[in-house]
Amino acid sequence: MMTNESMSDFPLKLEGDNVPMVSFRKVTKSSGSLVVLDALDLDVAEGEMVTVIGPSGSGKTTVLRMLMTLEKINSGVIYVDGEPLTHMPNGSGLVPADSRHLRKMRSKIGMCFQHFNLFPHMTALENCMEGPVHVLGLSRKEARERSEELLELVGMADKRDQHPSRLSGGQQQRVAIARAMAMRPKVMLFDEVTSALDPEVIGEVTNVIRKLVAEHNLTMLMVTHQMGFAKDISDRVCFFYGGSIEEQGTPEQLFGNPQKERTQQFLSAVKEAI
Amino acid sequence: MTYFEFLAQYGDRILSGTLVTIGLTVLAAILAVVVALAAGLMRMAPNFAVRGVATVYIEIFRGTSLLVQLYWIFFVLPLFGITMEKFTAGFVAVGMNLGAYGAELVRGAILAVPKGQWEAGLALNMSPAKRMVRVILPQAVLIMLPGWGNLMIELLKGTALVALISVADLMFQVKQINGTTFMSAESFGTALIIYYVIARFMLTPSMRWLERFMRRKMGRA
Amino acid sequence: MFDWRWDFTWEILPRLIVATGNTLLAAGLGYGIAVVLGLILALAQRTPSRALTLAVREAVEFIRSTPLVLQIFFVFYVGPQFGLRLSPWTAGMIAIGLHYAAYLSEVYRGGLESVPKGQWEAATSLNLSTARTYFRVIIPQALPPSLAGMGNYLVGIFKDTPMLSVIGVAELMHTANAIGSETYRFLEPYTLVGVIFLVISLPTAAGIRLFESWVRRKLGMK
Repeated sequence: MMTNESMSDFPLKLEGDNVPMVSFRKVTKSSGSLVVLDALDLDVAEGEMVTVIGPSGSGKTTVLRMLMTLEKINSGVIYVDGEPLTHMPNGSGLVPADSRHLRKMRSKIGMCFQHFNLFPHMTALENCMEGPVHVLGLSRKEARERSEELLELVGMADKRDQHPSRLSGGQQQRVAIARAMAMRPKVMLFDEVTSALDPEVIGEVTNVIRKLVAEHNLTMLMVTHQMGFAKDISDRVCFFYGGSIEEQGTPEQLFGNPQKERTQQFLSAVKEAI
Repeated sequence: MTYFEFLAQYGDRILSGTLVTIGLTVLAAILAVVVALAAGLMRMAPNFAVRGVATVYIEIFRGTSLLVQLYWIFFVLPLFGITMEKFTAGFVAVGMNLGAYGAELVRGAILAVPKGQWEAGLALNMSPAKRMVRVILPQAVLIMLPGWGNLMIELLKGTALVALISVADLMFQVKQINGTTFMSAESFGTALIIYYVIARFMLTPSMRWLERFMRRKMGRA
Repeated sequence: MFDWRWDFTWEILPRLIVATGNTLLAAGLGYGIAVVLGLILALAQRTPSRALTLAVREAVEFIRSTPLVLQIFFVFYVGPQFGLRLSPWTAGMIAIGLHYAAYLSEVYRGGLESVPKGQWEAATSLNLSTARTYFRVIIPQALPPSLAGMGNYLVGIFKDTPMLSVIGVAELMHTANAIGSETYRFLEPYTLVGVIFLVISLPTAAGIRLFESWVRRKLGMK
């Protein structure tokens, strides 16, 4: 089941022109007998916005969780910004990353979660400042300025001193976006960030993401069920099925003229649901 | 004296002490369950006086120590004309003490039964007593059983205190043996292991079994 | 009341009040040991080592399912057998501290497990170190759900201090026993001990409930 190909197939570093910001090389992930991801190859260019869609259980959230190092992979290598994320160079070969390497690489990546995962005992501002002060080593003053700027960007400046329990779901998610952005990541991951929200507040979160796409040259990966939103803002859409990419292309191609039968079935099922 | 010689010589006394401990535990458990049900239900009675009696009982027994209660029942109650044999005083003290904790468990479990069940009972025009016995209590039992598992262990441990009024339980026997042999590690250590075995391999599994049994009986398997 | 003698009551009350000081001291010291040692026992069950987790779990189970009074005897008498003589206070504090550490470790464990997994994931995504995640993110959230249990065991340890009388710690029960054997009067000393326990434990329990809701408010959690 798991092809344990020799690690020498994977370079120590990705070099040359057009090195992708994120690169999955033959990444396999299984839990028990279930193959969650099957030899996945996926490149995301710098500044690209890639949306992952697909039925539940297709492995789409796993892609993001592996990038955030929340889950281990079974084989293959993930590269971020040209450097291996899941592994590290040791002499002439790659070995599994130790916690120091992971900490270094993680600083390039930020993530927003379906259930926000704000720290409930900290105010909105404290949530945003925690990482900059205690991980990046910024002074409290710098961290505060940076956080206030970002809270302004997501339209939450007036709620900066509120605890999450006083905020609506949409407001919490906006704070969570500001918190992730405060770490100045190169890659941002959005894992079903609107799935837990009431329909009437989804717009306030998607608008913030639109703004990020327009104003920042961030590389983004997003898992979502909001097809209209995905169509509007993505550079590329990947349809996942059974642990691998069934079909991918520009939003116009994938939504307008899907080639594969499974893609067509999925899109029409989603359309019916709406 | 090796440990085997120790066991050969004092095994009988340790065994008889163990049997007394088990007997105390069973009797105290029965008393605790009965008292807990009565006091738990009384705490929810509409009548102020009934509620008051239960509250005073629960607060006094939960607010003071089992050892104080035991001494009071054994040494002071006779002054009021209530004289109990030491074995009886022992399991009554333990049972009354754990019964007070159990009463709170009963009350909590009854309150945890969804409101819809009370309303359904009312809609069927059941009398309050019938509604309690037929609808609410069976469901409350399932909710409170895990808590009783813990209380039973506390109860077993509580019985060790009756050695202090000279009931010849396991604790008492090993204390005597220690007094004559000074083999403290052997005597107290053996008793620790026996209590552990009773708790972990007899009490806990039977409470688990009871939980499973009740669950099946109520179609929640 | 039957045979209650007020003059005797007033005579012994000062002695009992002094002994109450010892009882409170024993409870406080024992609880201090238990709070720290309990946290160590709880964290030891969260290391990657499965063997350590199982060993600590079993030890906690053992301590929790055997009588405290027997443990007190064990600690006090086993030492001298191997040439280590412990004073009643030392042996008593070790036994009661360890006993309640086992209980508190379960409280902490429950509190730590009640913190949603997403909090760990968010901390990872912000690259917080493990120590920082524990102290800034996890423990502050594990604390409020633990407070009720911690409070119960504070009252619990206080009520269990009479067991220290069996090895001669001069706390309340020991003093009441002494008065009883000197005067052959049991009604007043034992009743007074009960009343003193009630007078301390009931308001303490109520105070703990107030403190708990105050902490929740303070941390912005409802």
